[in-house]
Amino acid sequence: MSEYVIETEKGKWEIVCGLEIHCQIISKSKIFSGAPAEFGDEANENVSFVDAAMPGMLPTLNEECVHQAIKTGLGLNAVINKYSVFSRKNYFYADSPQGYQITQFEHPIVGEGKITVDLSDGSSKDIRIERLHIEQDAAKSIHDLNPTKSYIDFNRCGVGLMEIVTKPDFRSPEEVGAFLRKLRSILRYLGTCDGNMDEGSMRCDASISVRPLGSSELRQRAEVKNVNSVKFAMQAIDSEAHRQVEIYESGGTILQQTCRFDPTTGGTKFLRLKEFSDDYRYFPEPDLPPLILSDELINKIRDELVELPDAKKSRFVSQLGLTPYDAAVICENKEVADFFETAAHGRDAKKVANWLMGDFFAMLKKKNLEIAQSPVSAENLGKLVDLITHDVISGKIAKDVFEIMAETSENPEKIVEEKGLKQVTDTSAIEAIIDSVIASNPDNVASYRAGKVNLLGWFVGQVIKQSQGKANPALVNKLLKEKL
Amino acid sequence: MAVDNDTVEKIALLAKLKVNPQKLNDTKLEFNKILNWVEELSEVNTDNVLPLASVNDETLTLRQDVVSDGHIRDNILKNAPAQEFGYFVVPKVVE
Repeated sequence: MSEYVIETEKGKWEIVCGLEIHCQIISKSKIFSGAPAEFGDEANENVSFVDAAMPGMLPTLNEECVHQAIKTGLGLNAVINKYSVFSRKNYFYADSPQGYQITQFEHPIVGEGKITVDLSDGSSKDIRIERLHIEQDAAKSIHDLNPTKSYIDFNRCGVGLMEIVTKPDFRSPEEVGAFLRKLRSILRYLGTCDGNMDEGSMRCDASISVRPLGSSELRQRAEVKNVNSVKFAMQAIDSEAHRQVEIYESGGTILQQTCRFDPTTGGTKFLRLKEFSDDYRYFPEPDLPPLILSDELINKIRDELVELPDAKKSRFVSQLGLTPYDAAVICENKEVADFFETAAHGRDAKKVANWLMGDFFAMLKKKNLEIAQSPVSAENLGKLVDLITHDVISGKIAKDVFEIMAETSENPEKIVEEKGLKQVTDTSAIEAIIDSVIASNPDNVASYRAGKVNLLGWFVGQVIKQSQGKANPALVNKLLKEKL
Repeated sequence: MAVDNDTVEKIALLAKLKVNPQKLNDTKLEFNKILNWVEELSEVNTDNVLPLASVNDETLTLRQDVVSDGHIRDNILKNAPAQEFGYFVVPKVVE
């Protein structure tokens, strides 16, 4: 367990935190209309009369959104509810022309589940999922075009959302960060949400309260809205927790309230008290009968599920011999895991993993590229490892070959052939170089023979240098010792 | 179940309605009449009856995920009290 305790002169405190995460469902059309669920088009282009809540319009449920929610539920190890009901959540705001949001309240499509997160001290922790329900997204308001007006774009209005609610299981910002990264990884593996927090397709609200360390009470909580990165979520929780501790210790009380994280100060800003504003007067949506799912459908989706990060990670550890840490890093991103599997196919997977996480990642970072844009293909990275394994080139030369591969996208075998980089393993050729080095450095030879054995390294360096890096270091070592 | 004047005011606020203060009491009485009438239902024993979502026995029909609508911006904006650059323009609603 990674311990996170806020310690002051007056006492020790711990946090109790739960998350609500809104995830935009990947689908072609909106959840209740045939308008495109596209991001980034011109304002109000992707809007139908249903989205604009024109009188007489009726919602029709998009089956893909239902399938994506089931898939996600299975990925969260959760119960799929065969009976779920849509409800109206009533509120008045310019981003909702209906005056209510169609959501699910008492009967969500997905029930309890869990996600296991890995923490930096090597431990892992289960975070329980309370539920997942599907609902419509609201419009986007733009407040900075005019000092007295707001501009509303309904393109996002009616796009399908999955709201994932956790139990209040988080006890540290680190756990929140690990959970968000893990959830994002699962969603991307499943292809149900792109998980881009900075674009708002995954949005996180956190409920935070504090209590004296070791107590089991639950105190009044504050909700921090819409933090748009994993880092900000961790910062927001940390600073909100400290704010609450200060208030309690100076004799104050926390009122149930909503705050917004301010990335410029790193602190939370008071938004409103939760009194009237959150009386949503839910009632069953009269335009949509209950959603009934069949076992056949659920089983079909279960059968088609891709291998998820946890399963892939344990396979990489047990079958390919990777360390749990390397496997976790490689499996966080599906593209990376796929690339690795192709590169490691039929080879020493550990060596491939070292190259991938070392020179290869460094190269991508330097060139600012995604793995899909890599100039070095998975096959070629694998071939490079082969060349080292089969003593065709040394590890040092391999780094030079890799540099050339990164520039030219060439096959490493061809580079080695054309540039004449093959390792010299021919004993007589190496012996000739050794002889010439010995002949031209009589002083060092004398010192070595007089007992300065650490000069051996210098001799090895000279020989390899004269061979232009192509002499096999192990062989040079062996032959030098004999000759000296 | 009976409501008081405060509850009537709260409901009016949530519904964005103005209630004339002189009519507040009358409105309360009307609310309570309706509530009392609905309350008669509690005389029926429903111990072994499942909640009913709808009297309509239909199941929910799902739509295929195809784009079949949108790109009618002029029509969407037609009734907007104000618009600019393709956006609806409303009084500032920043929280």
